[in-house]
Amino acid sequence: MTWVGAVFWLLAAVTLGSALLVVTTSNLVHAALWLVVTLGGVAGVYLLLAAEFVAWVQVLVYVGAVVVLLLFALMLTQAPTGPHDRPGPARVLPAAGVATLVAVLLASTVVAGFHGVSIDLDAAVVGSAEQTGETIFRRWVLPFEVLSVLLLAALVGAIVLSRLRGEER
Amino acid sequence: MPLWWPLLLASLLFALGVYGVLVRRNAVLVLMGVELMLNAVNLNLVAFDAQLRDVLHAGQTLALFTIAIAAAEIGLGLAVVLLVFRTHGHVEPARLTSLADRDVE
Repeated sequence: MTWVGAVFWLLAAVTLGSALLVVTTSNLVHAALWLVVTLGGVAGVYLLLAAEFVAWVQVLVYVGAVVVLLLFALMLTQAPTGPHDRPGPARVLPAAGVATLVAVLLASTVVAGFHGVSIDLDAAVVGSAEQTGETIFRRWVLPFEVLSVLLLAALVGAIVLSRLRGEER
Repeated sequence: MPLWWPLLLASLLFALGVYGVLVRRNAVLVLMGVELMLNAVNLNLVAFDAQLRDVLHAGQTLALFTIAIAAAEIGLGLAVVLLVFRTHGHVEPARLTSLADRDVE
């Protein structure tokens, strides 16, 4: 196995292990912190797949902003952040069954469908900031503008929701 | 690198996200499961971009757009969660039955 394969499987093991802890740990704050490890592992896989700019955006937006927002929400809604939310077997078993079914179906489909296909990483164009910027602002500029309007709408919506008071329920 | 390596990783990550959404009772933790699923989808997009050597970089661009939409979604979702906490005093989706059909209960 080449070093690319070794690095990939190491990152995959870290990502999946911490993702398992995100969904199973009973400490709410620990779940958010394990999410940082998961998202960092995914960013490492992006780097391996020659998507440099996407990897740094992943670190900036997800690890930097989204996890901080999640931690804020946990602190604001859950005064005792100690261990609780321990689901019983009546919740765990159906959820685990559905998740296993999803995993088996998706994994067997993609492995059977793309078994002989390989990624030539040496020939892949590295998605550097220059390359990505040129692509977005030359080819995808209209979707980009639509997306900025969407972000503005989401911002306005979040502000309006935060200003609502309890008597308006 | 075989293409199915990142695709397998994405499938397992997606399944873990599904498990998190189904098993968690706290709305913030449900949102974390949604984030895991979105990351699995982005991984697929980037993997296919590298495999197809797309000159338009559609996969990477769409992954960036998905990250932006996920940020908007988490901002709005957490605003809703905080509003629910202020009005109801808890954030358990299963107990939010204000709009439920009273005759059924």
